[in-house]
Amino acid sequence: MWMAGSSPGKVIEGMRPSLTRSAEQASERAPVLELRGVSKRFGSGLEALSRIDLAASRGEFLSLLGPSGCGKSTLLRIVAGLTPPSAGDCRLAVDRSPGRIGFVFQDPTLMPWSTVAANVLLPFRIARHRGGEVRDRALAAISAVGLAGFEDSYPHQLSGGMRMRVSIARALVTDPDLLLLDEPFAALDEITRLQLNDDLLRLWERHRTTILFVTHSVFESVYLSTRIAVMSARPGRVAADLTVDLPQPRSRATRMSPEYAAMCEHVSATLGQAMETR
Amino acid sequence: MNRQGKQLWLRIAAPLAVGAIFLALWQAAVRLSGEPVYILPAPSDIAQSLWVDGPSLLGSLLVTLRITLAALAAAAIIGGLIALVFSLSRLIEISFSPYAVILQVTPIVAIAPLIIIWIHIPFLALLTCAWIVAFFPIVSNTTVGLNSADRNLLALFKLYGASRGQVLWFLRVPTALPYFLAGLRISGGLALIGAVVAEFVAGTGGTETGLAYRILEAGYRLAIPRLFAALFLLSATGIAIYLVLDLISRRLLKNWHESVSGEREE
Repeated sequence: MWMAGSSPGKVIEGMRPSLTRSAEQASERAPVLELRGVSKRFGSGLEALSRIDLAASRGEFLSLLGPSGCGKSTLLRIVAGLTPPSAGDCRLAVDRSPGRIGFVFQDPTLMPWSTVAANVLLPFRIARHRGGEVRDRALAAISAVGLAGFEDSYPHQLSGGMRMRVSIARALVTDPDLLLLDEPFAALDEITRLQLNDDLLRLWERHRTTILFVTHSVFESVYLSTRIAVMSARPGRVAADLTVDLPQPRSRATRMSPEYAAMCEHVSATLGQAMETR
Repeated sequence: MNRQGKQLWLRIAAPLAVGAIFLALWQAAVRLSGEPVYILPAPSDIAQSLWVDGPSLLGSLLVTLRITLAALAAAAIIGGLIALVFSLSRLIEISFSPYAVILQVTPIVAIAPLIIIWIHIPFLALLTCAWIVAFFPIVSNTTVGLNSADRNLLALFKLYGASRGQVLWFLRVPTALPYFLAGLRISGGLALIGAVVAEFVAGTGGTETGLAYRILEAGYRLAIPRLFAALFLLSATGIAIYLVLDLISRRLLKNWHESVSGEREE
């Protein structure tokens, strides 16, 4: 259904046709996502989120950084429309039709009985889209995350990092306007994690999808994001909103730069303050 | 691979060796004590009986096996459907599952006479008895399986606008498959037990006599070697049913389920 809205024949590579590029730049500052006074109280009485105000502009890489239990994941679920907020307003400039939002969970969340290709094709299968064009898009998404040749493998045959790549390919295959990632690399080893950080940056540079990225790693958030919302816990609030103006494109050299170190220190200090003054 | 081959060899040889030693001791004990054959036959007597009565016993086995397999198929189909209905409606599940439990915990020996009085076709009566014993593991296992779909996958299906039917067929049913197959393996043995118990109660089931009746008959006539031979056939059938169901389940799950794929990676 949603493919009617996107241009036909569009593939993951070179996703945005140049025609829309200038229009997009004009609306560069227009918020894709706007949260106003969003609160969430669970049935148990636990106040997970308290009066969150947050906006993300088109093409932004926004990280939600905070300790566990600060409601980051809940916030992401509210944005995805999976959980309703108890109060406040969550507005999206993208339409909520299926496939406009991509979601990557902390676990790869793959169907173990399906091949890599079938897992990536799931959004189309649900939308009852079949045929060669859909298949091509899935293959392109799989190759964009570096898994070409593994289309017919089953999840149990892949390493943890490769499974996470499949999960990212599935989130990207519908060419979403908003990509939500919920601590996607938290369960991976350090080497795989750094590699996937770089891969995610390359994908973002190519597609300029607006990304909302939940993490509890200061280093990861500084390396990846253009902006960081530092959150404090119980109840979850946005304690600080920091812009990361490290030069783009970022690479492993960025991690060695004094600016990166300084920014990490600053974000760490802000996070420390946020955790004290709760 | 070599180590694995050795392992496999040991897994087959060790139980066989135990069996052989046991039989040898049995044979020696009977011969030395001079126990009469109508109390405790020696393994050689049983083997002889198996050879002589084999063809007629096999005919009876076929009767029992037909009831067992029909009951198992009915348990798989009806049990699976009941689980499906349970998973679709919580109200139906909590309303009806206590009665499924009651049916399960009531000894089949106690209700078999009733069923045999109510259902006049012997085959159907025996089938019903065996089905009552066999269907419950499939219902309870499959219901658990249908309800244990991954929470994040459910969220993902919701995000992509999946219908209830799509969630059921693409997610819940595949998730439930290993649970269903585990239930089926248990039910395979139970169906055989159910069929034998029902035959015991029914006596000779019309013109055809199953293996259970042959055991009773052999007992009455003190033809103890034949009783043992029939017992041996019954156990062998139970083992064969289990192995076939295990093979089917491995075939179906070989690509993805930990219970199968994990073993291969070791």
